Amino acid sequence: MKICVLVKEVPDAAVEKRIDPSTGRLDRTGEKNLNPFDTHAIEAAMQIKEGGAVDVDEVVAVTMGPESAVRALHKAVSLGADRSVHLTDEALAGSDVAATGYALAQTLEAESPDLVLLGQQSDDGECYTIGAVVADHLRMPSLTQVIKIDVSDGKLRCERQAEYGYDTVDVELPAVISVGDAINEPRYPSLKAIMGAKKKPLETKATGDVGIDASMVGEDGSRVACGNFHDPPEKDPGQIIEDEDTAETVEKIVAWLDERKLI
Amino acid sequence: MSNILVYVLHYEGEFNKNSLGAVSEAAKLASELAGEAHAIVVGEGSDVTDDFLAGLGKYGATKVYRAKGPDGLAQPVIDAMAKVIDSDGHKYALFGGGLLGFEIGAGLAARKRAGVTMEVTEVKVDNGELVAARPILQDSKISESRYKGDLGVIIGRLNAFEASERDGGGATVEDVEFELSPWSTKATMVQRGEQRGADVNIEDAEVLIAGGRGLGKPEGFEQLEELASAFGGAVAATRAVVDAGWFPYAGQIGQTGKTVAPKLYLAAGISGAIQHKVGMQSSENIVAINKDSNAPIFEFSDLGVVGDLNKIVPKLTEAVKAKKGG
Repeated sequence: MKICVLVKEVPDAAVEKRIDPSTGRLDRTGEKNLNPFDTHAIEAAMQIKEGGAVDVDEVVAVTMGPESAVRALHKAVSLGADRSVHLTDEALAGSDVAATGYALAQTLEAESPDLVLLGQQSDDGECYTIGAVVADHLRMPSLTQVIKIDVSDGKLRCERQAEYGYDTVDVELPAVISVGDAINEPRYPSLKAIMGAKKKPLETKATGDVGIDASMVGEDGSRVACGNFHDPPEKDPGQIIEDEDTAETVEKIVAWLDERKLI
Repeated sequence: MSNILVYVLHYEGEFNKNSLGAVSEAAKLASELAGEAHAIVVGEGSDVTDDFLAGLGKYGATKVYRAKGPDGLAQPVIDAMAKVIDSDGHKYALFGGGLLGFEIGAGLAARKRAGVTMEVTEVKVDNGELVAARPILQDSKISESRYKGDLGVIIGRLNAFEASERDGGGATVEDVEFELSPWSTKATMVQRGEQRGADVNIEDAEVLIAGGRGLGKPEGFEQLEELASAFGGAVAATRAVVDAGWFPYAGQIGQTGKTVAPKLYLAAGISGAIQHKVGMQSSENIVAINKDSNAPIFEFSDLGVVGDLNKIVPKLTEAVKAKKGG
């Protein structure tokens, strides 16, 4: 079986994120990293491959993004993916969630995976939706925020937390599954794997290579226009105590609570 | 005329609170658009009776579509909603906060080539169209979405829309004939709504001591239990530690857990992800203890303590006990 893992390059968590006022898009300059939620998806793929319940021929990392996004693919490969595919095209810039999901689905279609895995959310966009968009285009069953996967022949048994408790759902393959961060503890890449990552096959594709209808992507092909960025209502900043002397810190906390009649 | 279609989730004979909020919100918006708010309920069982569904009229729905399909799965609902929108031409689809709403809304946007905005906290009417506002960048900015095309999909943030009952509202119930897509039949619910761990009551507590991954290990909850008992309060947890099996599901706060608003909410080792924040941000006083000074929780706590909870919590427990005893 073949597993494709969708990955994304995101600004490093330590970098202050901002909207570029000239384009109205997230300013994606500065330090970048592989979306930390995606490392759980790669780990899930590796555990299926190493688990022995099914034969996994290859794990392929797939991303869409500018040139710099190859670093996310290198990281994904260093974590165990066998090769990677990079969809990059000027025509894709400014795509909304629906357009991005369509473009990724076209790219995945060319790979014909048995299983598509992705992280539950991206660290920057804060949405949990790309998996469901991709699944509808690929005409595959889909579940998000899965925290346990058991693989058997042609089928997955998945567990996840939903509105009313934990659900157990059987899903036939091929399928699109987004995994929650509780599913596993991602491994650290070995130095050898990091050094070798750039030597693994990486294919670069443009929209025409995977049959993407250019009118359905990019800013013009998107059905949502974001704008009028503004600050939320001002909230009084809370008081901060740096704990240096714990006895003193606790005294301050108690005084604060006491003042508000909370003890 | 622009009608709004709202997906309403139900479980064990009750409508989901966030779904009811979405119906009320849709009714308010529809009246400004000179349209109507319609609801759709998908279920297999005998619980989706005419009387039960007509009850959505109290929240402002004028029509309720009933579609027979499996409970608790997103893709069958996408099929049903796409069918209804194809025949009746709704301009917007609205979802209350929650996991299923995200899955259905996103899949519907793909199916109908619609724009979609998630985590929406406010919807306005401008020039006869809906504009959806959502916080972005860890809630440091608000972005507004405007829609192009025939359909706009709006997915609310948890608790963003309040359910309000009105007098005399009646809704007609209409059955929807639709076919499941082949891929919608490929997921089957084996068990739904399993409650993992003991039953704990966090919704009535005036003081909640909540723990997250920063506790480091399941035993970390022992010191929180002691602090909670010193206050006469209860212990709660984040999704991450509940999924890890450190704490019962019944004590979980946030997106797929409970929403609380105690007098005092003390968060220990909780980073403050949005999914957690939405379940506790209405607390009267929020105190956070975290060793990472960059943790987002310090952005919305009233008192933030940067330090090691393992040092601070036991001493704080002693101090609270002493204060109460004295």
